[in-house]
Amino acid sequence: MGKNSIREIIQNNIRNKNHFSDKVMPKVFFVMASISVITTFGIVYTLIFDSIKFFSQVPIREVFSTNLNPLSRDPSFGFLPLLNGTLLTTIIAMIVAVPVGMAAAIYLSQFASAKLRKVLKPILEVLAGIPTIVYGFFAYSFVTPLLMNLIPSLGAKNALSPGIVMGIMIIPMVASLSEDAMNAVPTIMKDGALGLGSTKLETTLKVIIPASISGIVASIVLGISRAIGETMIVTIASGSSKNFTFDITQSMQTMTAYIVEFTSGDAGSGTVGYYSLYAVGLILFVFTLGMNLIAQYISRKYREEY
Amino acid sequence: MRSTNEEQNKYVYDVRGLNLWYGDNQALKDITMGVEENEITAIIGPSGCGKSTFVKTLNRMIESIPIVRTEGEILYHGHDIFGSHMMVEELRTRVGMVFQKPNPFPKSIFENVVYGPKIHGVKDKKILMEIAEQSLRGAALWDEVKDRMSENAYSLSGGQQQRLCIARTMAVSPEVILMDEPTSALDPVATMRIEELMEDLKKEYTVIIVTHNMQQAARISDKTAFFLSGELIEFDMTHKIFSNPQDKRTEDYITGRFG
Ligand SMILES: Nc1ncnc2c1ncn2[C@@H]1O[C@H](COP(=O)(O)OP(=O)(O)OP(=O)(O)O)[C@@H](O)[C@H]1O
Ligand SMILES: [Mg+2]
Repeated sequence: MGKNSIREIIQNNIRNKNHFSDKVMPKVFFVMASISVITTFGIVYTLIFDSIKFFSQVPIREVFSTNLNPLSRDPSFGFLPLLNGTLLTTIIAMIVAVPVGMAAAIYLSQFASAKLRKVLKPILEVLAGIPTIVYGFFAYSFVTPLLMNLIPSLGAKNALSPGIVMGIMIIPMVASLSEDAMNAVPTIMKDGALGLGSTKLETTLKVIIPASISGIVASIVLGISRAIGETMIVTIASGSSKNFTFDITQSMQTMTAYIVEFTSGDAGSGTVGYYSLYAVGLILFVFTLGMNLIAQYISRKYREEY
Repeated sequence: MRSTNEEQNKYVYDVRGLNLWYGDNQALKDITMGVEENEITAIIGPSGCGKSTFVKTLNRMIESIPIVRTEGEILYHGHDIFGSHMMVEELRTRVGMVFQKPNPFPKSIFENVVYGPKIHGVKDKKILMEIAEQSLRGAALWDEVKDRMSENAYSLSGGQQQRLCIARTMAVSPEVILMDEPTSALDPVATMRIEELMEDLKKEYTVIIVTHNMQQAARISDKTAFFLSGELIEFDMTHKIFSNPQDKRTEDYITGRFG
């Protein structure tokens, strides 16, 4: 076939092409994208709308008190015990997840052979896919009894065990995202460090990690946001004590667990207790949104230029 | 690493019967050559003939590729670099490397230059400053960066970055500097500056440079090695290689008949 006839076929096809899908499909994509944006706005709207009803009935000073007693005849809505519960379980989780996740990421990206990595990475990802209810059950029926051997005073429901298990759950996230960040450092930069006589470990600590710090920090912040929002594990294993305490061997309620407790039917619609759910939900939303914004800001600001 | 036969061997590098395979694919075939002190040796040859593989073997960078297998000996001042007494980190401080693409670390200019000395235990800030100035002067970059030492290295131009990488290599006081096409990513002016630098480097260092640029090899090197499909075809004084090559294949290559 000559050059000219091929050109003719192509030109003909272009002219006869049905342009319908080129016009319609972008609109379909736009509608799909809009749905998720609209949903988000809908959620935020409900949260704010019903929270306003709550804050109009409960003075802000009461909200920042340690006295949480939503079901009594004279209810009190101090959210500090919930904030404290969320904060402590999150800190425990990060104490577990950051060192282990980082070590795993360093090992996988810098030291494991290609063969080993091929086996380990999918296993890590399976860990990330386990439903959180399973982790909750694991915390309550395995980790807590195990810890009781070490700490006899540990309560059957406590903050420590779900904190640790939440950390285990977050490890794959920190490890996987940090590993991606470290792998994105160009080989030639790594070679530069090795070529100056640094050992593999020195190269990792002095060049690879600083060069990928934004991705690593972002993975940690996302981990924190995951821990703040985690519900099932803390509901099952940390219980619903509304005491304001820093004793992690005792039961504490997190913001998420509070919402679970009250959506399971205790608060009648239209009561202050009912609207308190939205207030807590709003606080949670602000926290996790803040964490995600921080993660984005960090990965932009500290993005190493290379 | 120091011993009595260090002085007896006149070669900095004495390569004997070096074979290298990537898996089943042989990339270097029975290479034997000696590199003398304070000379510039150019390595030329068509793409894929094994030039990079060869220089990366000289400082054992090639070992980061797991499928590589080597046979034969490379004596560095009389010592087998694959021998068990040879620490790879020590070898790499005595034999520096400059890469094809400038590869500064995402740190300040100062931190880039003193990276090596710092890693190897030099902590005194004054000494580090001295090393930085000396190395940057050595790489003909001092005047351009002396007022912006704390700026990120990536704010420099490509040619400046490459000279920074040369300074970074010089900062650990190596004896040999390996360069794998150090100017191929640079424009003619930046290339010229690095070529001018080579004359000075020669006084203090032994330089082995891979280049695709025949004029560059002819201009700057004392000896030239011509590689072809993993074999060392000819190795001689540069002026001889370019004026009177012994092998027909060398002649064909330098006159541009193939490659
Ligand atoms: N990482 C690797 N894995 C497998 N084979 C490789 C690898 N690197 C190089 N080779 C092979 O080894 C041979 C020599 O490659 P090398 O990079 O040393 O050539 P070169 O002379 O530097 O080429 P160029 O001038 O293009 O840089 C080639 O056939 C190449 O395909
Ligand atoms: Mg090459």
